[in-house]
Amino acid sequence: MTAVQERTWTTVCRYEDLLPGRGVAALLASGEQVAVFRTQDGLHVLSNHDPFSCAAVLSRGIVGDRGGVPVVVSPVYKQAFELATGRCVDDVEVNVATYPVDVWDGYVRVGSP
Amino acid sequence: MTRTLVVIGNGMVGHHLVRTLTERGGDWRIVVLAEEPRPAYDRVALSSYVDGWDAGKLELAPVDVETRLGDKVVEIDRAARKVVTEQGFVQDYDALVLATGSYPFVPPVPGHDRANCYVYRTIEDLDAIRAHGGVNGVVIGGGLLGLEAANALRLMGVRPQVVELAPRLMPLQIDEGGGALLRREVLRLGLDVHCGVSVAGVEDDRVVLSDGSELPADIVVFSAGVRPRDDLARTVGLEIGERGGIVVDEGCRTSDESIYAVGECACIDGRVYGLVAPGYAMADVVVDRLLGGTKAFPGADTSTKLKLLGVDVASFGDAHATSPGALEVVHNDPVSGSYKKIVVSDDARTLLGGVLVGDAGAYATLRAFVGRPLPADPGSLIAPAGAATNTALPDDAQVCSCHGVTKADIVKAIGGGCADVPSLKTCTKAGTGCGSCVPTLKQLLTSCGVEQSKAVCEHFTQSRAELFEIIRATNIRTFSQLVAEHGTGSGCDLCKPVVASILASLNSGHVLEGEQAALQDTNDHFLANLQRNGTYSVVPRIPGGEITPQKLMVIAEVAQDFGLYTKITGGQRIDLFGATVDQLPLIWRRLVDAGFESGHAYGKALRTVKSCVGSTWCRYGVQDSVGLAIELELRYRGLRSPHKLKAGVSGCARECAEARSKDFGVIATEHGWNLYVGGNGGFTPRHADLIVSDVDTVELVRIIDRFVMFYVRTADRLQRTSAWLEAMEGGLDHLRDVIVNDSLGICADLEAAMAAHVRDYADEWRGVLEDPVKLARFSSFVNAPGVPDPTISFREERGQRVPVKLGIPEVSAR
Ligand code: SRM
Ligand SMILES: Cc1cc2nc3c(=O)[nH]c(=O)nc-3n(C[C@H](O)[C@H](O)[C@H](O)COP(=O)(O)OP(=O)(O)OC[C@H]3O[C@@H](n4cnc5c(N)ncnc54)[C@H](O)[C@@H]3O)c2cc1C
Ligand code: SF4
Ligand code: FES
Repeated sequence: MTAVQERTWTTVCRYEDLLPGRGVAALLASGEQVAVFRTQDGLHVLSNHDPFSCAAVLSRGIVGDRGGVPVVVSPVYKQAFELATGRCVDDVEVNVATYPVDVWDGYVRVGSP
Repeated sequence: MTRTLVVIGNGMVGHHLVRTLTERGGDWRIVVLAEEPRPAYDRVALSSYVDGWDAGKLELAPVDVETRLGDKVVEIDRAARKVVTEQGFVQDYDALVLATGSYPFVPPVPGHDRANCYVYRTIEDLDAIRAHGGVNGVVIGGGLLGLEAANALRLMGVRPQVVELAPRLMPLQIDEGGGALLRREVLRLGLDVHCGVSVAGVEDDRVVLSDGSELPADIVVFSAGVRPRDDLARTVGLEIGERGGIVVDEGCRTSDESIYAVGECACIDGRVYGLVAPGYAMADVVVDRLLGGTKAFPGADTSTKLKLLGVDVASFGDAHATSPGALEVVHNDPVSGSYKKIVVSDDARTLLGGVLVGDAGAYATLRAFVGRPLPADPGSLIAPAGAATNTALPDDAQVCSCHGVTKADIVKAIGGGCADVPSLKTCTKAGTGCGSCVPTLKQLLTSCGVEQSKAVCEHFTQSRAELFEIIRATNIRTFSQLVAEHGTGSGCDLCKPVVASILASLNSGHVLEGEQAALQDTNDHFLANLQRNGTYSVVPRIPGGEITPQKLMVIAEVAQDFGLYTKITGGQRIDLFGATVDQLPLIWRRLVDAGFESGHAYGKALRTVKSCVGSTWCRYGVQDSVGLAIELELRYRGLRSPHKLKAGVSGCARECAEARSKDFGVIATEHGWNLYVGGNGGFTPRHADLIVSDVDTVELVRIIDRFVMFYVRTADRLQRTSAWLEAMEGGLDHLRDVIVNDSLGICADLEAAMAAHVRDYADEWRGVLEDPVKLARFSSFVNAPGVPDPTISFREERGQRVPVKLGIPEVSAR
């Protein structure tokens, strides 16, 4: 039997309020913290939780690319995470969760994973 | 035909063997049988587990072979060539390696098996110690492991005392003089040490010593040496050494030719080694033999260098001068906390060994000269400032003792194209063990004439100085335009802050204005210093360290109202810790209203100009050092630079402001001021060099303007003035030519740039408070401003709030 689960969406902010090339933190209904990034190639949402320092700070990292792949760099110990997949570039064993995101009537919405 | 190799034990040496064998290829199926429940980890670094309790950080690189964790081998059948585990798993072998390591020796004193007694060998041991906890602890054994255990207890909040049977600490590695210094340093850290006594018994709450005294002990850690785990080998009749250990030949083969033993469980040449490097050497021998080679154990280098409780301790070669006729040359400086001894042959020509405590800077070079003619007169090798560092190493000198890599190997790898330390690490493995040979690797790269690339990162081939000139000359003022015209890709955490800093040095408005905001490191983005739990610290500027009681009260009130941890910094000002992002503007509103400004503790910018009390109060002062320090601090505040900038002003030659350890330091003379430049504290301290003497204040400020601006324009990313000056062609003389004699004709331009900075300076925090757009970014959650980050929590320590360390896994109480 397949369980069907409704995806819940949280409206976060106006798209225009996001600074290009930078992230913000947002709180989902579930209590999870996420990091929302606006970059040249669109919107990306990762867990805000930095697995190396355990602090909830990924939204405060610098955004850029490593070898052309868009990444955010943790502000604490500087590991890079791929924005599209959450994969840690500096340690193949580590991943952070990614979340679905879209823009609805000018507002950014983040979905449950 | 594929043969099967079974390895018993998945410790450091077993893991190294399996990893090396898989890397070298060959036709072996490998099966690892391991008692410990987790993947192989770095036991040498075990003590660092206490910092964060993250076992993952200790894990060794995984190797893809069949591994059974948490199932100990209990039986070997030599005739049938198979082994059986506790859980009944049976495995045949063609070759068997015993890599079972050691167990901690617990002396059979009464009470040694009470519930408060522990050993210190595995991650599980540390978890158990932590779960037990307590106020007072006793560590039995004052060797390397005992001191590490004591420090670990200290970090867990337990007050440890150390009991050592020998008359000094670390009796195996160091001599009496070194032991005495180590003891002094350890006492300073608040550890009590009792040498020359043994333990008579353990009770539930105390340890009784042989002299009748008693030490309170909620917890006792035995660290009285290790014994080889040779029990399996004994039961099947393999030859065992007189004092334990499985006897092996130079090929690491036991008395059964299909069984090898390596690491701490093996007895080779009549000795059992308790260090990882000889174990690795044995593993390499076995790998070679398994692949048909004839490699023999080369003998072991038992040199060690470690940092114990912040004290460097190194010993190498014949440290105890046991060779016939050996002479000792000692340099002991209790004031600076440094003890150095070298042991030389009777004709004082050959270096035999040595001991270094406190300052082990000469270790890498000295160790490489063991057994060789001395490169210089023995005394000068250990004189302060270590003359030994520049002596050329012979080709076969071992540079990396962890992996047995010689200078010739390194030079060959450099010849083969390795152009930096990371690639040398991959090619030769040198530097991937304890790391103490990395400085030598860098020296070898430079002496082989390898130019280290100056490119800022993968997006810009230019150096920072070149980018500075491009931005200055072209008037490009956005990152996007710069990377499009002069770089590639979209930038990264290296080039973005560099460009942000250059734009700021060129007076391009507020650092959070428009696109600049996205380029800043988190510290500059929130104009505060990020702490380990995601909160920030706040440092208002206190020029020259001078502050009125009224302003002190404002700081006290703000700290009290926001519950901030308060500490006097090493830079003569006050740091307030534990502010959340949304509290920062509220805190700064109060501080700015009271007349405070940003202290730029977060920026690569001027930090402080430290001052002594000077002629106003001090009976020796000859000039007003406080007045000048304040003038300089206000002049250069806010100036963004390649790295942070620090300065100092002392009122006389007694130098109470430590000006010569600063990027620029001023010392008063009867006739004016002496200016020193290029000093540094930190990791590589350097005394600043005198550049002009007896100048008046106007001339002094003019030369500092030129010095600082020249540095801002030409230094590399994160290069302090000391490293910049060291790397400058022509050195101090060239610098003096440029900034005092104006040999390049740029001084007017440098002065004009500084004048523009002074004119345009504005307080960054005031700028944020006055701009609603910038203010809006200081919120915890974009959709729930004001809701605090739920992961942040505090506990109390010495009457103040400190962060609860994040990521501490739950430990169950016993
Ligand atoms: C707060 C303070 C320690 C204290 O409680 O006393 C401190 C704290 C930090 N220091 Fe420091 N240093 C502090 C005085 C010093 C001093 C002493 C001094 O300035 O007189 C030194 C040696 C002098 C020198 O710099 O030459 C010092 C040498 C360093 C270094 C090594 C620099 C080097 O060239 O080797 C670093 C690492 C770096 O910058 O790369 C560092 C880095 C740091 C950082 C920024 C590390 C970090 O990234 O988290 C710390 C965070 C500051 C914060 O507020 O969160 N800190 N640090 C001191 C702040 C002084 C101030 O009022 O601004
Ligand atoms: C806190 C600490 C600090 C240290 N610091 C240093 C240092 O600075 N420098 C240095 O050179 N050395 C240091 N050492 C020593 C170093 O860790 C050892 O020399 C090294 O780990 C030895 O490797 P090994 O593989 O021989 O033994 P181990 O790493 O002990 O591995 C042996 C493994 O075999 C397993 N085993 C045993 N019997 C069986 C069986 N019957 N079946 C299955 N598995 C079995 C054990 O559980 C263990 O996992 C330190 C040790 C400690 C504890
Ligand atoms: S440096 Fe000189 S003037 Fe300044 S406090 Fe020391 S002795 Fe006094
Ligand atoms: S000497 Fe330890 S890594 Fe080279």
